[in-house]
Amino acid sequence: MTEALKTMSCQEFQDQLPELIGSGQNLAEHPHHQSCELCRALLADLETIAQAARQLFPVEEPPDGLWTQIESAIEDENKTSNSC
Amino acid sequence: MPDPRTPTPSPDASSAAASGEACAAASAPSADSIPKTPSENTAAEAEILCRAQAGDHQAFADLYSLHKKRIYSLCLRMVGNAAEAEDLTQEAFLLLHRKIATFRGDSAFSTWLHRLAINVVLMRLRKKGLSLISLDEAMDPVQEERPGRSFGSPDPKLTGSIDRLALGRAIANLPAGYRLIFVLHDIEGYEHNEIATMLDCSIGNSKSQLHKARLKLRDALRTSTRQEAWR
Repeated sequence: MTEALKTMSCQEFQDQLPELIGSGQNLAEHPHHQSCELCRALLADLETIAQAARQLFPVEEPPDGLWTQIESAIEDENKTSNSC
Repeated sequence: MPDPRTPTPSPDASSAAASGEACAAASAPSADSIPKTPSENTAAEAEILCRAQAGDHQAFADLYSLHKKRIYSLCLRMVGNAAEAEDLTQEAFLLLHRKIATFRGDSAFSTWLHRLAINVVLMRLRKKGLSLISLDEAMDPVQEERPGRSFGSPDPKLTGSIDRLALGRAIANLPAGYRLIFVLHDIEGYEHNEIATMLDCSIGNSKSQLHKARLKLRDALRTSTRQEAWR
C-alpha cells in the first residue's frame, strides 16, 4: 500500500489533494509528498497563500452615510407596516 | 470630528445592565453562547441587545455601531466590490431589524449576525444566477488546473514572497464561486461541513472548490511575480 502511494504520479497525488487537505491529514507523512520535490513546493505555496490571506484583510469602516440610509429604510418599513 | 449621521453607543449603555432586566439573550446562556468577541463579553452589549429586541431605536443604532465594521468587511471580502458591499450591509441590518426579536441566545449574537449577513450575500449571489451546487463547472468549464505540469519550469516560487497587494487583487478577481468558498474557509474560518450546509453543496464539492481557488490564486501570483521580474 505504502509502495503504491510512493509510486503514484504527481497527477494522481494532486487529484487527491482536495480531499487530503480538507480532511486535515498530515501530508508531510504522505509517501508521495516525501519523495516529490515538486508536489512539496506546490503544497508549500498553497499553505503560504492560505496563511497570507488570513492576515490580509483589515477590518474596514463602512461609508459614513450608510447608517442614514439604513435608518431611512427602517422608517419606510415602519410606515408601510403601520399603514397595513 | 465624528460624523453626526453615524450613531454612537448610548452613554448609559454600560450601566444599563445594573437594571436587573432580563431577556433571553442575556439571561439564558448556553454552551453555544460563549462570547466570540471582546465587545460581546460585556453585560452592556447584552443590555443593548435586549433593548433593541424590545424596539428601542437608539439601541439598534448602538448595535449597528458595534457591528458595522465586521459586517461590512465580511460583505466586502465576499463580493470584492465596495458599492455592493455597502448595499449588502444595508440589507443585512434591515434584515436584522426585522428578525432581531427572534434571536434567543442559542449562539453568540455576533455569530448569529455574521451568519445572517452571509445568508444575505448568498441570496444576492443566487439572484444573480450563481449556481452554488456545481460551482466548478459553472465557473470554469475549460481550465482544469494541473499545477504539476508546469513544475520544473523556471517559474518563481511563491513561498516567503507573497505580495499582499497582488494577493488582494487576485482574491478580488477570483470567480464569484471560488472567492466565496475561499473567503468562508480560509479567511472566515468556517469548516467544510458548515460551508456545505450554507451553500447547499457536498462537502467534497466545498473541498474541491477551495483547492481550485487556491490554485487559481497561485497561478495569479506567479504571473504577477513574473511580470514584476520583467520590469
